[in-house]
Amino acid sequence: MISLKSVAHQYSSSQQISFKDWEIGHGSHWLLLGDSGSGKTTLLHIITGILKPTQGKVSIKDTSIYNLSSRALDQFRGRNVGIIFQRPHLIKSLTITENLVMAQSFANLPKNLQRIEEVLQSLDIAHKKNAYPNELSQGQLQRVSIARAVINKPELLIADEPTSSLDDKNAEAVLKLLMEQSALNEATLIVATHDKRVKDAFTNTYELT
Amino acid sequence: MSPLKISWKSLWSKPLSSALNILLVAFGTGILALLLLASKQIGDKLDNNSKDIDLVVGAKGSPLQLILSSIYYIDFPTGNIPLKEAKELARSPFVKRAVPLALGDNYNGMRIVGTDTNFISLYKLKVQSGQFWSGDFQTTIGAEVARTQSLKIGDTFYGAHGLSGSRDVHKHHAYVVSGILEPQGNVTDNLILTNIASIWKMHSDEEEHAKADHDHEGHELEADHNHKTEEAADSEEGKELTSLLIQYRSPMSVAIFPRMVNETTNMQAASPAQESTRLFSLIGVGVDTLQWFAVLIMLIAAVSVFVNLYNSLKERNYDLAIMRTLGASRGKLFVIIIAEGIILTLIGTLLGLALGHVVLEVIGSYQESNQARLTGMVLLSDEIYLFLAGIGIGIFAAVIPALQAYRSNISSILSKN
Repeated sequence: MISLKSVAHQYSSSQQISFKDWEIGHGSHWLLLGDSGSGKTTLLHIITGILKPTQGKVSIKDTSIYNLSSRALDQFRGRNVGIIFQRPHLIKSLTITENLVMAQSFANLPKNLQRIEEVLQSLDIAHKKNAYPNELSQGQLQRVSIARAVINKPELLIADEPTSSLDDKNAEAVLKLLMEQSALNEATLIVATHDKRVKDAFTNTYELT
Repeated sequence: MSPLKISWKSLWSKPLSSALNILLVAFGTGILALLLLASKQIGDKLDNNSKDIDLVVGAKGSPLQLILSSIYYIDFPTGNIPLKEAKELARSPFVKRAVPLALGDNYNGMRIVGTDTNFISLYKLKVQSGQFWSGDFQTTIGAEVARTQSLKIGDTFYGAHGLSGSRDVHKHHAYVVSGILEPQGNVTDNLILTNIASIWKMHSDEEEHAKADHDHEGHELEADHNHKTEEAADSEEGKELTSLLIQYRSPMSVAIFPRMVNETTNMQAASPAQESTRLFSLIGVGVDTLQWFAVLIMLIAAVSVFVNLYNSLKERNYDLAIMRTLGASRGKLFVIIIAEGIILTLIGTLLGLALGHVVLEVIGSYQESNQARLTGMVLLSDEIYLFLAGIGIGIFAAVIPALQAYRSNISSILSKN
């Protein structure tokens, strides 16, 4: 369970955004809709524990995350939140497997190659596990970044504009993967987008105005 | 995956700029290590060999040359001094001990030194096997001579005229090895010691022989000849020494004795301490220049490591932010960046130290003189400071980029893209 209570963030002395309260049930799928500039990224950063809001409370699994120390919050995020960015950002100096091992070790979890193999299998890119990021296509990289987000079986899987730079066919495929993976890993899924093509797949919508 | 491995892989992903940084650090450390090793060894050798000698008396000429030839056995002697005058000086009340030296011959580059038992007590020599020379043409050889020339007790060899080279061999008298010295760690390891009479006989015989061969065309005059040389050896007239090593009876002598020698006799007195200092101050300018040069290279290396990390940080800002979202703490990012700096300079420093040793060993193997040979096969405790300095430079160069990584605001980095 994830909840936002009376969260507001002040960018500067004049600019403030307030967000309506939000209750997200375990395992549910949500669409976060909003035009660019509506504070979508800000809200995502607040939910994932990257940006501390000037007021309000965010809880994930009954933990009020901004009451944690900086170090504990980093680790909590590593264990419980998987983030998929608009563009897949992998560490170029590490192989695919090493990128995933790094995600495990940053979350203070033991190295588990079996889990990595399993996730890569499920995303159909296990054959690239020893390749470096620059040897992969954009679509393959996107799948690796999904693998990295789910590797630690997070409570919350968040995707920021995962489809905006893709054509219809690929957008649909990525969406399908996200649904599949969140179900497989029993994660709550939030997809933030302004992409109208995605709308139909979701029943729950949180709209920013 | 440890932060160290991430740093390591990140450096490997840019092999050229990493190699450049390592090279700069290695050159700086290498030159410093070389200077450290060489000046330490030269200084030690100078001190070790002259430590109990207050003054050297020899023929007039360059005092530095006199010191070099009579204490370090490197240069040519300045000439000879009359035995009679030398003996008078040795009896002077200012002198506690006077060691006569007669040089002029060598065996395969190892100098043959004619002297007496004072030499043994001056250098506190001990024999490893056999005994000290007692009769004519008996020798006691240094440990290094025994090793390099594979000479054993009872072996015989022929001396050659001059200080190096073996063209002009004294064929009619062979030296016998009667003892081998314990390794002393000073110049005596490379010397062949015998009595002074042997040196005189070697040379007077030479003349006699030449004369005899010339005058009598191969007639044997063995008995007569022997008689003559013995007679010659007994009288002091016409006999000469190369130099006299002197220990003072009291510190007072410093003020009076050298001046007395220089003003009232045909000989000169030179102080090893003074001449060594003069020699060192001549070399010292060069050493200082090189040292500053090496320090400059180290500074450039530090700047280069800094620029390298700083630039790569700009490219990797986003990577580091991603690591934070994956659960890495600020501290971990700090460690990753600092580790990169340390890895670069650590490899560079180790390479540099190795380089310094190898280069000095190579220089040593090209040196002609055995007495002053330098070697890279020793480790000095001072090298630890070079090592620490290298790592310090790594930390120094990496600390600003690392702090930046520590402080970075991941939310603003992530939302920019």
